[in-house]
Amino acid sequence: MQKALVSVTGQDKVGIIAKVSTTLCEQNINILEISQTIIDGCFTMLMVVDLENTRDDFQAIAKTLASIGEEIGVLVNIQRMDIFAAMHRI
Amino acid sequence: MLETSEILQTIHMIQEQHFDIRTITLGINLLDCRRDNDAATAECVYDKIRRLASHLVPVGNALENELGVPIVNKRLSVTPVSMISGTDPMRIAIALDAAAGDVGVNLIGGYGALMHKGSTNAENTLLESMPEVFAKTQRLCGSVNVASTRSGINMDAVRRMGHIIKQTAELTAAQDGFGCAKLVVFANAVEDNPFMAGAFHGVGEPECVVNVGVSGPGVVQRALETVRGKPFDVVAETIKRTAFKITRVGELVAQEAAKRLGVPYGIVDLSLAPTPARGDSVAYILKEMGLEMAGAPGTTAALAMLNDMVKKGGVMASSHVGGLSGAFIPVSEDIGMIEAAEANCLTIEKLEAMTCVCSVGLDMIAIPGDTSANTIAGIIADEVAIGMVNNKTTAVRIIPAVGKGYGDSINFGGLFGYAPIMKVNTFSNDAFIERGGRIPAPLHSLRN
Repeated sequence: MQKALVSVTGQDKVGIIAKVSTTLCEQNINILEISQTIIDGCFTMLMVVDLENTRDDFQAIAKTLASIGEEIGVLVNIQRMDIFAAMHRI
Repeated sequence: MLETSEILQTIHMIQEQHFDIRTITLGINLLDCRRDNDAATAECVYDKIRRLASHLVPVGNALENELGVPIVNKRLSVTPVSMISGTDPMRIAIALDAAAGDVGVNLIGGYGALMHKGSTNAENTLLESMPEVFAKTQRLCGSVNVASTRSGINMDAVRRMGHIIKQTAELTAAQDGFGCAKLVVFANAVEDNPFMAGAFHGVGEPECVVNVGVSGPGVVQRALETVRGKPFDVVAETIKRTAFKITRVGELVAQEAAKRLGVPYGIVDLSLAPTPARGDSVAYILKEMGLEMAGAPGTTAALAMLNDMVKKGGVMASSHVGGLSGAFIPVSEDIGMIEAAEANCLTIEKLEAMTCVCSVGLDMIAIPGDTSANTIAGIIADEVAIGMVNNKTTAVRIIPAVGKGYGDSINFGGLFGYAPIMKVNTFSNDAFIERGGRIPAPLHSLRN
C-alpha cells in the first residue's frame, strides 16, 4: 500500500467531493478514509488514498488534481502520508 | 489514524509559516582528483562532480513534489580545494563553478583552506586567488578556518583574511561586494555543515554523503504566539516540541534522499535559518519572547534559550545530528535583524555577544567600505577567540561596502537579502594585528 493524503481547501460549493472522487476513480486510486469539515467558513476535506494500483506517476497525479482544483476554484494537494506520520508519530 | 488537527498543523506549517527543508547538500570527496598539474586536476574534478551529482536536483525535486514540503536548495560541498590544488587554483575554481551549473545546483562550497595552525604553499596560493575567484565565479563559495580550540588562533591568517575580504569587496564592488557573501572565516569549522557559504566536505567524511539542513523560524514564532505571557518553562517546552516536529521531516528527507541517491546519509543540521521573507525570521522569535526588537537587553539570554531548546527538541528526532545545528543570526537574511540594525537597536558589539550563545557568528553584516583591513582582522580575531575559548564554531562573513558608509545599505536580492551598513569601531589596532604569529590554544584544549 502506498498511502497519500489529498487535501482540498477553499470556498464551499456543490460538487467538490463528487468532482475530486471522480478524478481519483479515473486514476484507479482507492479512497481509504475521508473527513470533511468547515473551518472558519473554509471547506476542508482530507482524504487518505492508496496509490498502489494507479498507472500514473506521482507528479502526473498531482498535476491532474491541481488542475481539477483550479476548475472548481479550490486548492487540491496530494502528499505522501509519510510526512505526517514522521512529524506526529514516533 | 492521524488526527485531522495534526494533518492540518503540518499543512499550515508549510503553507503559512514558511516551513521548508532549506538544503540537501551532497558532499563529495575530491582527494582522488589530484593530478600533476591544476589543469588536469580541474578536468578530473569536473568529471567527478558531473558523475556523482547529476541526480541530486531531480531527486530533490521529486521529494519536494511527493512530500509537499519545499526543498529550497540543492547544493554541493567538496574537499577543501587547497588539498588538491597547486600553483593555479583558479582553474579548479572555474571547473567547480561550471560543474555546479551543469548539475543545476545554486551553490557549491569548499574553495577554502584549513589553516588554524599554519599554512601550506598550496593554501597560501589559494588564499591569494580568492578575491579574483569570487569575482569571476557565480556559484562557488569558500571558507578559511583560522582558529580552533585545539590549536589556538593563527594570527597571520587572521591578518591576511582582513586584506582578502577587502580585495574581494573591491573586485565585486559593482555587486555591492557580493563576493564577500561567498566567503566565511571560521573558528572550529565543522566538516559536515550543509549550509552555505561555509559548507565543505571534511577529510573525515566518506567518499560521498548526503547532509540535510532544516529550517522553520516562522513555525517556532507561530507556536510561541500561543503561549504569550507564560513563563519561560512553557516557552522552552513549546520550542522543543516544535523543533522535534521540524527535525522529523528533515530526518525523513535525509533518509529518502540518501536511499535514492545511493549514498550514505550523513547528518541533519537542525538550524533555524531565516530568510528575508516576513514571517521567517529568528529576530521575530526573540520579539515574540517579549523584546521590542532584537538587540534589546535580554536578547542574548533569549537567543541562548532558543538555541538550546532547538537542539534539545531536534536531537531526539534524528539519528544523526550535526553541522552547525542551532539558530542562525545573519543580518541581511533576516527581516527582523534588518529592522533592528536600521533602528540602531542592534550593533556589531551586541551581535558579537549573541554569537557566544548561538550556532554561528557575525554573519552577513555590511560595514563601511573605508574600514581598514586591520580593523576587519580585529573583528575576526575577536570572533574566533570566542569560538576558541568556548569550544564552539564561530564565523565571520562581513561585507565592506565599497564607496558606501554608515547609513547607506547594500542589496543582494533573493535569499541573501539586503543590509543597512553598520557602524564599526575605528580606533586603531594596527600594532596588535601587525604582530602576527599564533595565539596559543587555551588551557582546556589539553583534554587527554
